[in-house]
Amino acid sequence: MAALLFYLFAAITLGTAILVVVSKNAVNSAMFFLLSLMGTASLFVLLDAFLLAVLLVLVYAGAVVALFLFIIMLLDMHGGDRKPFKRTTMVASAFAAILLGLGVLGFVQRAQLTSAPVGAEVVAVGATLKGYAAQLFTTYLLPVQIVGFLLLIAMLGVIVLSKRFEGLEDVK
Amino acid sequence: MDFSFYFDLPLALRLLLQGTAVILVLFPLAAACSMAERKISAWIQGRPGPNRTMPPFMAYVPVIAPILRSLGLFQLAADGGKFVFKEDPIPGHVNKLYFVLAPILSMIPALTTITVVPFGAYLNQAGAWVPIVLANLDVGLLAVFAVSSLGVYSIILAGWASNSKYPFLGGVRASAQLISYELSMTLSVLPVFLWVNAPGGSGTLSLFDVVQSQSQPGLWGGAWYAFLMPVSAFIFLVALFAETNRQPFDMPESEADLVGGFHTEYGAFKWSLFFVAEYCHMIVGSGIFVLLFLGGWNPLPWVPLQTVIEAIGLAGQPLLTGALAVGIFLGKVVFFIFFFMWVRWTLPRFRYDQVMTIGWKKLLPLSIANLIVYALVIAWIERS
Repeated sequence: MAALLFYLFAAITLGTAILVVVSKNAVNSAMFFLLSLMGTASLFVLLDAFLLAVLLVLVYAGAVVALFLFIIMLLDMHGGDRKPFKRTTMVASAFAAILLGLGVLGFVQRAQLTSAPVGAEVVAVGATLKGYAAQLFTTYLLPVQIVGFLLLIAMLGVIVLSKRFEGLEDVK
Repeated sequence: MDFSFYFDLPLALRLLLQGTAVILVLFPLAAACSMAERKISAWIQGRPGPNRTMPPFMAYVPVIAPILRSLGLFQLAADGGKFVFKEDPIPGHVNKLYFVLAPILSMIPALTTITVVPFGAYLNQAGAWVPIVLANLDVGLLAVFAVSSLGVYSIILAGWASNSKYPFLGGVRASAQLISYELSMTLSVLPVFLWVNAPGGSGTLSLFDVVQSQSQPGLWGGAWYAFLMPVSAFIFLVALFAETNRQPFDMPESEADLVGGFHTEYGAFKWSLFFVAEYCHMIVGSGIFVLLFLGGWNPLPWVPLQTVIEAIGLAGQPLLTGALAVGIFLGKVVFFIFFFMWVRWTLPRFRYDQVMTIGWKKLLPLSIANLIVYALVIAWIERS
């Protein structure tokens, strides 16, 4: 049963993820992205990581994709008459694809996963609030802080870009 | 009484029965809300409201029929029937898939959030409280927030798929408003869970545990969180009005400047789905407010249900205690639905820029300050 559900949700996640890239209509892409996130959340539920599943739905499905849709609608983007890709774009995307492939390959080959003894109950870190929070504030404290700074930088960038500095001569 | 025959049923069948029972209560309640809205608005505005409709054969029933007629219940039945038989137009200029999908999507979050909301609890033979809930999840409230945040899609898609100006504006307004107020809402409940989760515990966001922590004896234990954390309760309530698109925050549909907002192009059954979803959101939202800040199924502050049950000698009767708890909880929820309507027919609607100012410049800083103050105070109390 669990294996069957895993294949079902994995197929939904990957299938809709491909459709996100392939769809010509940007709204369709956003909706497929939403379905893909739902599939990922279901996979987390299968791993008993309920908290992670809920957080994924809350942050990504609830807010991020809603913002995407908001922007798509505000800009009123119509797919279909997209310009063919430029040469630089194609080179850059091929390079990015190779990097991503190498990363996944490296992860598969070099990652050190200790397999649990057969029959042992492995509790996911994201299963309970307490376990998740403890990991967040001990093992992963530095990455969390760095990601926080990245978001702060992005936010400052948006403020600088969107603010008009007409009246302030010294800022120019 | 012996209920073992019920607990002997397969789990899937029991869950199916329970889920159906909840929907069978929620739907008529949402429908009754639409009638209550009309009657309460009439009462506030000093007019009789719907009080004429009656099927001819009911004229021969004494006493009951006139009461039902003056309550407008036959009007409710007539309106409900009308939606089924009315023509359901799909305008030619819409995106058909999303136009049809949007009202269906609006029902999904409205009905899913109810699964983790406990409506009561019963005292079992061993003397422990057992929640009456479809799924008592550890992440309870987060799950409610997560699923209800998906409700924005139905409104955005409805506005966008209608492919005309007013619905589009309504959809854009809705998405900005819902995202803005979600932040304050989430931040406002954090002090409650800081207080509920004593150090050393396993950490829980379950709504049942919040009610349990409000039903202890003593001055501090029995106080509802509306008294301990009035600012949190206030922020949550304001954000709840904004999240359910109720007046004074009904920007997405504001009929004066947007005709009907996101549902301008909708009619008949699809429109009524939006309508029922809004009332379901209101019912679930009021329920969560009651559980978090108004003591859930405890009848009065500092008077837990346990005391009442021992006083009237109901201990050891799970069915009666459960019914009493559900009754008290539903009573509070119904009062809150009345409160929603009271506010709707009392306050004028905000302008859209005022909605954004209140959300980002007033409510959000207030909720952050509230969280910091309560975190410091709770840390100080735990220390001493």
